[in-house]
Amino acid sequence: MKNKPEHENTETASLSSPPKETVTLHINGEAKQLEVEPWTSLLDLLRDHLNLTGTKKGCDHGQCGACTVLVDGKRINSCLTLAVMKDGTKITTIEGLAKDGELHPVQQAFIDHDAFQCGYCTPGQICSTIGLINEGKAKTLDDIRDLMSGNVCRCGAYTNIVKVVQEALERSQQR
Amino acid sequence: MKTNEIGKPTNRVDGRHKVTGEAKYAGEFNVPNLAYGFAVNSAIAKGKIKKIDTSKALQVEGVLEVFTHENRPGYVWFDKNYKDMDAPPGSPFRPLYDNEVKFSMQPIALAVAETFELARYAASLVEVEYETSPHDTDFEANIERAYVPEEYNSGEPPKPWGQPDEALANAPVQIEEEYTHSSQHHNPMEMHASTVVYEADGKLTVYDKIQGVMNTHQYITHAFGMQPEEVQVISPFVGGAFGSGLRPQYQLFLAVLAARELKRSVRVTLTRQQMFSFGHRPKTMQRFALGASKEGKLEALQQDVFAETSRFEDYSEDVVIWAGVLYKCENVKLSHKLVDLDVYTPLDMRAPGGTTGTFALECSMDELAHKLGMDPIEFRLKNYSEKDQNEDKPFSSKELRECYRQGAEKFGWKKRNPAPRSMREGHNLIGWGMAHGAWEANQAQASAKAVLTSDGKLTVSSATADIGTGTYTVMTQIAAETLGLQLDDVTFKLGDSSLPDAPLEGGSKTVSTVGTAVKSACDKVRERLFELAQQVEGSPLAEASLEDVVFEGGQISLRKEPSKGVSITAAMSHNQGKAIEEEVSSKPADGQSDYARYAHSATFVEVKVDEDLGTIRVTRVVSAIAGGRIINPKTAKSQILGGVVWGIGVAMEEDTVMDNNLGRFMNHDLDKYHIPVNADVHEVEVIFVEEKDEIVNPLGAKGLGEIGIVSVAPAIANAVFHATGKRVRELPITLDKLL
Repeated sequence: MKNKPEHENTETASLSSPPKETVTLHINGEAKQLEVEPWTSLLDLLRDHLNLTGTKKGCDHGQCGACTVLVDGKRINSCLTLAVMKDGTKITTIEGLAKDGELHPVQQAFIDHDAFQCGYCTPGQICSTIGLINEGKAKTLDDIRDLMSGNVCRCGAYTNIVKVVQEALERSQQR
Repeated sequence: MKTNEIGKPTNRVDGRHKVTGEAKYAGEFNVPNLAYGFAVNSAIAKGKIKKIDTSKALQVEGVLEVFTHENRPGYVWFDKNYKDMDAPPGSPFRPLYDNEVKFSMQPIALAVAETFELARYAASLVEVEYETSPHDTDFEANIERAYVPEEYNSGEPPKPWGQPDEALANAPVQIEEEYTHSSQHHNPMEMHASTVVYEADGKLTVYDKIQGVMNTHQYITHAFGMQPEEVQVISPFVGGAFGSGLRPQYQLFLAVLAARELKRSVRVTLTRQQMFSFGHRPKTMQRFALGASKEGKLEALQQDVFAETSRFEDYSEDVVIWAGVLYKCENVKLSHKLVDLDVYTPLDMRAPGGTTGTFALECSMDELAHKLGMDPIEFRLKNYSEKDQNEDKPFSSKELRECYRQGAEKFGWKKRNPAPRSMREGHNLIGWGMAHGAWEANQAQASAKAVLTSDGKLTVSSATADIGTGTYTVMTQIAAETLGLQLDDVTFKLGDSSLPDAPLEGGSKTVSTVGTAVKSACDKVRERLFELAQQVEGSPLAEASLEDVVFEGGQISLRKEPSKGVSITAAMSHNQGKAIEEEVSSKPADGQSDYARYAHSATFVEVKVDEDLGTIRVTRVVSAIAGGRIINPKTAKSQILGGVVWGIGVAMEEDTVMDNNLGRFMNHDLDKYHIPVNADVHEVEVIFVEEKDEIVNPLGAKGLGEIGIVSVAPAIANAVFHATGKRVRELPITLDKLL
């Protein structure tokens, strides 16, 4: 049998990288003008090109949430997003949450509640928590569990993660 | 021992690194001029590669090379050179060795390019022609030809005792059933990755995802014929592993090969799909035959295990030892046979053997108790084992009764109506089930080094790992406790092959093994420090002995007159500005092996099953653990919570489905291979019962990485039976099996 490659190359396609495009991304408060190939995901741009490896790759298919970042305050899967699609947006990654060495309250709560073990899903969980609060949809414990289910934690820290989110929710309601 | 640090629910010392994104994992060390590799996997399960055409891939600008069996270098190709520290008996898989395909998704080429995207593109352009051979991956169809392996990599099944056949035949109450689970995959959140840095002198610095850097170090030096000093392996953070990182996986081999050939740094990271192309928990079928007296005394127990392995290695695990540890029975017969198939070799996965064996054992005991009309706890107490019958040894400690008592009380077990389908809430049937379990509490040999500098700061190191277990934190606590230092004054280093030797982090033995070495190195520093403190002018300790003093708050003071003492920095000033350095190797104490050493658990579960739809929710879990002395209740609890979540996965979700026509796992991603998400996990309570053990190790601590999982799946299955009256003996328990 002959195994055809999964993404078949058409005869007309050129055998090289696609031409780069120029985009401006405001990453963690800093405007960056970048030359990006259109096939580069936002996740790979962050990790491989900008050395912002805090954002994790857990599946590259939008199935695990490890790559969650905030784009204009909304949580998205950066693996399902091509970098060129986000020209002009404000992107916050895990590296951009602490201010002057002081942790974001959600980061501190993750430590205090031991809401992680290996730490690999943690940046995504933290960004997702902040995104969830911004969305303002979660009202009950079940809502939290449901709305945090896009972020898989194989170590099984869910009950502690829920405590963090509950706390963050209460904090946001007090404001 | 005092408890200034040990026993405190301390936050993880590496927590800040993990919540800020500073923690770097194997595939995140970005070095200059890094090339990226992307593996190509076979489309067939068995046969030969007739032709592999890389020309199109090589035409792409920026593609550096495509490595295949045809152009791979001729390094060392002997079988034994590929044996890693965790290799089961047999002939290990050698990537790109020849044109033979032994399993579906076998790596057959590596495309290397200037960027990740280019490497991935190039990999898609590799064209392969195969000559297929008939494959066989059908476990059920091959059970008939199951065999006893020449060598078990787990323990050999214990020899029969008593009169198992006669006792079973004569028992008035009997159960005979089959229990099955299919293959399961580890799926740590971090995919396996290796960054191989090619240094100017040809030496390699290797960042690898591994549960013990020494294994990677040994594997590279043996497989590539390199000298030990030419390779340094570093792995400061591991994004979960659960057994998948016990053996070096193929991305490491491919990355090292490419780096050496291209004389350039190379990274290979597997995709999530490729995470299904190496080891897994083997598909296993177990036949249990139990016999009891009418009064509920267990008279006979027979367990026959049939488990999957590959054609090239005989993988086995301890599935059959748990009955002999957990139940008193005078007539027992156990067997463990293998079914070799055209798959990759199975691999230890969280509580290997224990998860599998306890599931079937505890379900069958529940069935027996039900048939006897006995309460499951009462039945277990009646048949409680006071010694390990497999080896005829007393337990070093066993507070399982206390687990039953405290667990049942917390859960409210006495309110349980024993009749199936008797408890409900609206359209939900409610089921309460329980099970108990054990997991080994072993200690191995390890080394550690402690360095105390004149400023009173301590650095302790050992080539162990922290795969999320809390190693950094508990070792820091043990060291701080021993020398009476603040946690902030102690740094623990791990995950570096240049550090003192430590075994793989697996089998729940790291606290016991490395913790003992750390304590012992710090004890030596303590002695030296005390001598120095005695030399301080006018030292109040001059006439004292080591037993008369305490190390606390950076001071060495007289136990009876705590106001009199010498500070550690003052003592250090008598060391001519030098540091105190002590490296020790510790091993289990003599006589330890005269005892059976296990941690124990009792798990209580509530499920709610929708009567019409068959949907199952695990609404409440209480897990009571006897795990010796708890070094850090916070990280310890997390270990157990994780075990419970894994138990939910095993019981209700995890199932890698083999398509026997293609010989391929079909659901190889996180969309189709289900693991528990947040919404699957509700209330979980963890109880640690008090347990003193002076035999397991000098710390009295038992490992907790695996005890949390073992009794969860059977407790869920038993709860589902209690809710529905339906006994599901094939995991996972999905709604279709209840309708």
